[in-house]
Amino acid sequence: MHQHTLSELSGLLAGGEVSSVELTRHFLDRVASLDPSLNAFITVTADQALAAAVEADRRRSAGEAGPLTGVPIAHKDIFCTAGVKTSCGSRMLDSFVSPYDATVVERLDAAGVVCLGKTNMDEFAMGSSNETSWYGPVRNPWDLERVPGGSSGGSAAAVSARLAPAATGTDTGGSIRQPAALVGITGLKPTYGRVSRYGMIAFASSLDQAGTLTRSAEDAALLLTAMAGHDPRDSTCVDVPVPDYAAGLSGDLTGLRVGLVREFLDDGLDGDNRKAIEAAASVLQDLGAELVEVSLPNLGLSVPTYYVVAPAECSSNLSRFDGVRFGHRCEDPRDLLDLYERSRSEGFGAEVKRRILTGTYVLSAGYYDAYYLKAQKVRQLIAADFREAFGRADVLLGPTTPTPAFRLGEKTDNPVTMYLNDIYTIGANLAGLPGMSVPCGFVNDLPVGLHLIADHFDEGRLLNTAHAFQQATGWHRRAPEGAFA
Amino acid sequence: MKLTRQEVQNIAHLARLELPEADMPAFVENLSDIITFVDQLENASTGDTQPMAHPLNMNQPLRPDVVTESDHREDYQRNAPAVERGLYLVPRVIE
Repeated sequence: MHQHTLSELSGLLAGGEVSSVELTRHFLDRVASLDPSLNAFITVTADQALAAAVEADRRRSAGEAGPLTGVPIAHKDIFCTAGVKTSCGSRMLDSFVSPYDATVVERLDAAGVVCLGKTNMDEFAMGSSNETSWYGPVRNPWDLERVPGGSSGGSAAAVSARLAPAATGTDTGGSIRQPAALVGITGLKPTYGRVSRYGMIAFASSLDQAGTLTRSAEDAALLLTAMAGHDPRDSTCVDVPVPDYAAGLSGDLTGLRVGLVREFLDDGLDGDNRKAIEAAASVLQDLGAELVEVSLPNLGLSVPTYYVVAPAECSSNLSRFDGVRFGHRCEDPRDLLDLYERSRSEGFGAEVKRRILTGTYVLSAGYYDAYYLKAQKVRQLIAADFREAFGRADVLLGPTTPTPAFRLGEKTDNPVTMYLNDIYTIGANLAGLPGMSVPCGFVNDLPVGLHLIADHFDEGRLLNTAHAFQQATGWHRRAPEGAFA
Repeated sequence: MKLTRQEVQNIAHLARLELPEADMPAFVENLSDIITFVDQLENASTGDTQPMAHPLNMNQPLRPDVVTESDHREDYQRNAPAVERGLYLVPRVIE
């Protein structure tokens, strides 16, 4: 049962071949027996899930079911869920029970999905390996000694190991696409503003965007249709109509212009990974796409730009954690300053502190122009490069990550080495563009991802490109062997 | 750029973070690495490029200035570390 994709399960539910209660029990059993070796979940909401499944089955028998009614999913623990602990992977929020639902949660609930629980993540979504979580690292189902990527590492591992058919995630610099690549699943980061950020705990507000971790582009299309759309509670959420993305998957790529990004395929990419990406480009060409070469000359500056802009916004966003209204509070504060300093120092881990400190530095008097203002100008250049590239191509293509999954502990000593993992993904965040990672092969028996980027609000074309690729190849159907099969 | 221990301490104070003595050398080293890494932006020729204010170059929407929130104080205060009679408790500020 767990080998079925979300779309297939939707069909089985519609055909009466399985009930939501049966499905929910099956996945909850898998979580209970297999998650101890992965640590993909922070909270499992078994009772609520079964109650939601009963309600979904009732809706179905009353003829009120939609395509997502009764399918189980998991939410990244960055999304506020009313009455359920919402930790954001941090000791700071270890005892925080959200009083309200995020818009993403509310919309998926309304569509009838069953939430199995909340998934592990890098603390406050700051990390590329899921090793900064207060709840311990998540392991990669393909090799338990390796990282699943981050920050949506729990969602990625859960979907890859078939503990959930799909999960939500967030992507600020690659946090959906990079883990999707490292565990061999499909990750979608929509256009900035496509999905509401209301109730999604903020890291860097001009970059954060909610998206999906699924087993296929078709599944991503189903979920995005339910999640996307205007929300007056998020002033950056754009009022642009939401198409039925699943209905738009024709699989036809005739006339599609696919841009091979020169800077994505240069010497920084190792040989086997490059072969997988080049093979994927040939598949798209065989399907009727036209390959063109494009260049993003300022792309090399995207990581340093990001590591000014994102920490600056994080230092501001995380100033709300002061030990007064919610979150961790230190014991016996001497005075108000001591309350702030010790509560924050005890509540945040090392990586979060580094980013707050970096952000505070680049925003401080005397440095603002040299760092923050300069970075926002370079960001404009990077966005202009993309605009120009989209004059020549409809979809851009490259690798999602420089290498397959690395070992636990391999990059924890050197933050800059860790940051360079997101070298291919960060550009799309800086420019607000939608991006996807789809499985496209294996290097040393580990999955690698094909990275596709489209123009603003062109998720339909992006999903269709990924869908056509998946119809023609079987990489997305490969599952980790052994316990998770 | 290499940061000094004193600079890191000053930033930590601005950020209301207390860094234990034992962790200072690592923070000084890591932050110096990060700032050195982002220093390469210096060489980018940005000319008269306008800094980006919004990824979609959009303006913030306006709405009528009317009350849209209802009172959830009790719900919200359930997450507070210390409250009394509907007020958040902090250490004494005024002697």
